[in-house]
Amino acid sequence: MTPLSALIKRDIKIALRVGGGAMIGVLFFLTVVVLMPFAVGPDLALLARLGPAILWLGALLASLLTLDRLFMADHEDGSLDLVVMSRTPLELACAAKALAHWLAAGLPLIIAAPVLGLLLNLDMAATSAVALTLLVGTPALTFTGMIGAALAVTLHRGGLLLAVLVLPLSIPVLIFGVAASQAAISEPSTFGAPFSILCALSLASFVIGPFAAAASLRQGLD
Amino acid sequence: MRLLGRGVRCVRGGRDVFSDLDFEVAAGEALAVTGRNGSGKTSLLRLIAGLLTPADGSIALEGGETELTLAEQAHYLGHRDALKPALSVLENLAFWRDFLGGEISDAGVDVPPSLAQSLAQNLAQNLAQNLAQSLARSLASVGLDHATDLPAAFLSAGQRRRLSIARLVAVRRPVWLLDEPTTALDTAGQSLFSTLMHSHLATGGIIIAATHGPLGVEARELRIGGAAIRNDPAVPRLS
Repeated sequence: MTPLSALIKRDIKIALRVGGGAMIGVLFFLTVVVLMPFAVGPDLALLARLGPAILWLGALLASLLTLDRLFMADHEDGSLDLVVMSRTPLELACAAKALAHWLAAGLPLIIAAPVLGLLLNLDMAATSAVALTLLVGTPALTFTGMIGAALAVTLHRGGLLLAVLVLPLSIPVLIFGVAASQAAISEPSTFGAPFSILCALSLASFVIGPFAAAASLRQGLD
Repeated sequence: MRLLGRGVRCVRGGRDVFSDLDFEVAAGEALAVTGRNGSGKTSLLRLIAGLLTPADGSIALEGGETELTLAEQAHYLGHRDALKPALSVLENLAFWRDFLGGEISDAGVDVPPSLAQSLAQNLAQNLAQNLAQSLARSLASVGLDHATDLPAAFLSAGQRRRLSIARLVAVRRPVWLLDEPTTALDTAGQSLFSTLMHSHLATGGIIIAATHGPLGVEARELRIGGAAIRNDPAVPRLS
């Protein structure tokens, strides 16, 4: 087994075990979406119109929920020192950790999204559009969020600092994710353009995220 | 092979911890780093491990593998055990073996696909057995082979230490950097560990250990931080 696959396997295993936090994100997502109809009221047309935005916001917040532990847990138990010292480039190790986090915490959100779409009176086309944009967009959230998670280790602050750092960075993803999903519902706007930009955002974050996180971790070692 | 430090200076939090430190350890030698609390023993180990950068001077491994940095040829056994409580003893060790050990080299021999498949199956089985055996041997060498499936969360402090020592045995690295390695170990554990250190030195390894007590192997002593910590007049005193 290569070092990277070992790292991915370990992180997924930890996330899926008791207290690992993979299911916490889905439960939080469920709670946010279930609360919305109570707040907005039983106007089905309004819910269907707001549906994509609500699902995207819920997924965004849920994916942030467990992200602050991405490096913090490894830092606290000393694993991070060994990862930095190892023969695996730190950038690749960061990318592997982000991928594992997305597989364990991001993918369940996408699987849950169609079910939650029912609660928001979304039709088939809208639900699949939201699921598709989430599939393409949530990796960008994880990989840009990883920069914040690395900074949280460097600055010895977890939790809220991460949200403050990462949420502004996730605004473009949110804009184009919701725009693409809305385009699938309302006729005149096109789906292709915002969806392509969403793909581009994800691809850019795959490149920038690991390098920025690794640089931040190297700075913050002490 | 020889580990060389020349004029090493360490600055932490804007204050000189130590400066002008020279040391030299040859293959098969152990160096015991001693000094008061706060004299910079851990800092020195982390400098050698590449986890801190020296403010001045240089640390280098001569005669090691040229393509690898010093850190990549070293094991660091710190205060923190680098164990995941959710994983079992065996899973913890297997992860570090896979992550630190790198890929298992396979010979590039051409064989027909059908044969290759059965060979691969055999090989995989053998390999898995061998790997499991080598892990079991590593665990046995630190006296933890009875607890392989126990989650690391339930280990005592001494057992956690034994498990992180098993990592040193599972993956071969020429340089061992040990930060008070015998903390929390019982007498049996200490004698096991001293046997491991002896065999590491006998195969040409290098050990640098920060320690207060006896290390368990013959070692030269490097005492750092002779001078007392001076009160810095620039720092306002609380009255």
